[in-house]
Amino acid sequence: MNEMRRKILGALAALPMLGMIPGAVQAQEKIVIGEINSYTALPAFTEPYKKGWTLAMEEINAAGGVNGAMLEIISRDDTGDPATAIRIAEEMVSRDEAVMLFGGFLSNIGLALADFAKQKEVFFLASEPLSDALVWSKGNRYTYRLRPSTHMQAAMLAEQAAKLDKKRWATVAPNYAYGKDAVAAFKSELNRLQPDVEWVSEQWPPLFKIDAGSTVRAIESAKPDAIYNVTFGGDLAKFVREGSLRFLFEDRIVASLLSGEPEYLDPLGAEAPEGWIVTGYPSMDIDTPEHEAFGKAYMDRWGEAPKTGSIVGYNSVLSIKAALEKAGSTDTEALLAAMEGLEVPSSPTGPFFYRAADHQSTMGAYVGTTALVDGKPKMVDWFYADGANYLPSEEDAAKMRPAE
Amino acid sequence: MGFYVAQLLTGLANASSLFLIACGLSIIFGVTRIVNFAHGSFYMVGAYLAYSIVALFPGSILGFWGGVIAAALIVGLLGLIVEMTILRRIYHAPELFQLVATFGVVLIIQDMTQAVWGAEDKLGPRAPGLDSALRIMGEPIPEYDLALILIGPAVLAGIWLVFHRTRWGVLVRAATQDREMVGALGVNQAWLFSAAFVLGAALAGLGGAIQIPREAVSLQMDLSVIGDAFVVVVIGGMGSVSGAFVAAVLISVLNAFAVLVFPQISIVLPFVVMAVVLIVRPYGLFGKEGSGHGAPTEPEQPLRLLSSRATLVLMALVFALAASPVMVSDFASILLVDVMVATLFAVSLHFMMGLGGMVSFGHAAYFGVGAYGAAMAVSYLGLSMIPAMIVGPLAAAAAALFFGWFCVRLSGVYLAMLTLAAAQILWGVTFQSQEFTGGDDGILGIWPASWASSDQAYFYVAFALCIGGIWFLRRVAHSPFGYGLRGIRDSDVRAEAIGMDVKFHQWMGFALAGTMAGVAGVVFVFSKGSVFPDVLGIAQSVDGLIMVLLGGIHALAGPILGAGVFVLIEDWVSRLDYWRFIFGMIILGVVLLAPDGVAGGVDRLLRALGLRREGQA
Repeated sequence: MNEMRRKILGALAALPMLGMIPGAVQAQEKIVIGEINSYTALPAFTEPYKKGWTLAMEEINAAGGVNGAMLEIISRDDTGDPATAIRIAEEMVSRDEAVMLFGGFLSNIGLALADFAKQKEVFFLASEPLSDALVWSKGNRYTYRLRPSTHMQAAMLAEQAAKLDKKRWATVAPNYAYGKDAVAAFKSELNRLQPDVEWVSEQWPPLFKIDAGSTVRAIESAKPDAIYNVTFGGDLAKFVREGSLRFLFEDRIVASLLSGEPEYLDPLGAEAPEGWIVTGYPSMDIDTPEHEAFGKAYMDRWGEAPKTGSIVGYNSVLSIKAALEKAGSTDTEALLAAMEGLEVPSSPTGPFFYRAADHQSTMGAYVGTTALVDGKPKMVDWFYADGANYLPSEEDAAKMRPAE
Repeated sequence: MGFYVAQLLTGLANASSLFLIACGLSIIFGVTRIVNFAHGSFYMVGAYLAYSIVALFPGSILGFWGGVIAAALIVGLLGLIVEMTILRRIYHAPELFQLVATFGVVLIIQDMTQAVWGAEDKLGPRAPGLDSALRIMGEPIPEYDLALILIGPAVLAGIWLVFHRTRWGVLVRAATQDREMVGALGVNQAWLFSAAFVLGAALAGLGGAIQIPREAVSLQMDLSVIGDAFVVVVIGGMGSVSGAFVAAVLISVLNAFAVLVFPQISIVLPFVVMAVVLIVRPYGLFGKEGSGHGAPTEPEQPLRLLSSRATLVLMALVFALAASPVMVSDFASILLVDVMVATLFAVSLHFMMGLGGMVSFGHAAYFGVGAYGAAMAVSYLGLSMIPAMIVGPLAAAAAALFFGWFCVRLSGVYLAMLTLAAAQILWGVTFQSQEFTGGDDGILGIWPASWASSDQAYFYVAFALCIGGIWFLRRVAHSPFGYGLRGIRDSDVRAEAIGMDVKFHQWMGFALAGTMAGVAGVVFVFSKGSVFPDVLGIAQSVDGLIMVLLGGIHALAGPILGAGVFVLIEDWVSRLDYWRFIFGMIILGVVLLAPDGVAGGVDRLLRALGLRREGQA
């Protein structure tokens, strides 16, 4: 048994050296920022995201950095495990001296990191997690969130759905927190806009294990007029395939959350359903000057069109730059003060700000319908839905947060 | 009526695909006794290969089915490479050790697949000629589903013919029943094993390839099927191919109807079915007694107490660990807490596996119950850290007593799978009861009391509980109770003959191991501040299993070395690109260099260097 201690301590002795590698060259003043995401567990979503924030960081540093210092982002893979994410966060804060953290895709990792931020009093910008709890029921002083939340995107869809005046609705959503939140938000919004709506079927297939045939049959048997879909990724592909084979979507309206995002829409290829109302990101079709500049830079740098993750990664770093400039320092309290109502005046998706009351950004999403153009799936007839219009008032939002 | 027929047909189509995945696993286990974690990886590679090959012949019926079969054959070749370069060298390692090697293969294949095919999901073409739906009793049924309903039984018939009408098949069946006897009769076992492994791998590849008209090909395919595949194999009876078919039909048809009544059930249904079947039939539906065991291995050496010199060295090392927070950085203390938690978890698992001979694939259940017990004591009862730290292990003990009572009635892989079922059911309940356990949003804000909130202070809390727990389990191993457990492991018949209550002994051993896993869970939850259902999940159980096996199941130091090596290497390697590939390679390297685990390898190294004499532990 004696060799085990030697082994552990030997390995530990070597550890501090690992931390030295990135810090070895210290030519210029720099600001270290920690970034954590599920790079191996969900590469399809996190790779574009990484490309997005890398591009923003490179552009900022090429233009002279922030407050005269270069941005240095240390990025680590959380392996899809909240406990590992916490360990990495500890290391970034205590050894790498990161001034703040950002990242996260899975809601549970976002919540774990937010709780860590509260305990260790460090600023955390949750880039991608959608969970409403992150800024509302479990919100805290140290956590802000960029991406439009589940509630916001569901509300955008509900607004469009209400215009169609369909009575009988069925829902299908993966059986975990995101799916439940998304259904609850859509129901409450649609009930408010269209009080006579009837909910005829709810399907809760397990995440990434949908039995699409049975699910489609069960929805069909309820004879709904319209369907609200929250499944995504592989589940969505199976659902679409089985649904179209079994004529589920004929003469039925489908409202589908996130399905217009290239990450989810592109893999469907020529089989992508047409005429679904979706939230998403029409990528290179957006013709604002800001987005065209971003799109071109992204294409030049990575040789592919940006995806939703890219824009989230890019806007994350833009937000961080704005916060650092407003704060004028890297002190946590100064950063938190800067974040209250922080405006990002120009981004590829347009201006947005961070609400002081609930720490949610007003970055919006694009709402449109799906179509096939030259055999490729696209979003058409889309418009930009500003997030600010789909959030409860700041007073109401503040009431949802725990007292501090 | 038409509706129910349609639902039944959907269930049968799913059953066919499930059967295709599972039958290869059953054959591999039946012949080689390898619990092949890489089976899901073979399935995934088969799907990706078929996707690429079929794309070369768009719209061609021959191209599609030719592509599917070519993909299966290539995966068979991949299986051959894995078998010949890795598994063949470690057949004589202790039971289940090969599982570690297949775990390494899983990691390597994950990264290689991502490197070759990219991260985005791929949607393959529909099967030409079978791309629409037929109306049966007014209900639309996809033609491809009907094809699948025929393919499943056709493959079953093919396997049956091979096994009953060819000499090779007869030898395989003989090997399934008694490997030593087949070897003694002059049959080349190496060749037989390779062929069985290749067949199993090719069937997994076929199972994946045949899925492409139904679902998107993705990097999550491997882990998403492996659990269900094991369940099917176990319900059917390990090594019984027709049993696997019956089990696949049972699960899929039940699921097809259960989603109509209770849509949330899918999440745990296969495990509930498995638990019920195993409680009623301890060897699965068609399994035979002893079908869940590997070859009898050599009885291990009796445990020896440490020599006085070794004790002194050990004490010095424990003191060095105790003094480490003064010397190393804050983060090293945090990492050491993780190492200690993993170590206590692994030691508790080793206590039931190594000493008790009860393999667990679901030990995370008690770790998780401990963690949740403490977290809920804090969030609902408002207890402070120390009382919550007592509640956690008590909850784990209660869970272990409950599930253990059922589990100790089984043995071998069946026992292991029942522990897995218990863990999965607990996971499902935790995941589902959002109001009570927070669902997958977990429970937040479980941080140490203010006096223990600094990294150093919490290090000592963890040190006291983990090192204390390890010491306690070591003490128990050398107590009459521990001797009794080992006696039962080596021969339950003789143990019973000398008047020991075998089941009661095992039950108490199970409960003690679960309780100590709960202690590890409690230390874990306060170090991370939050707890999510993942802690009860398969990945957590498998990590523990890999630590114990990698460290060496025959030595008390094994789990300690295994946990230390595993956590530290993972923490280091996950900083790199393609870290899963590197980690997998490291695991394979260790497996090949030290088929008796790290502890055995270190032991041999010391002897080779003349630093250790025989008889010193």
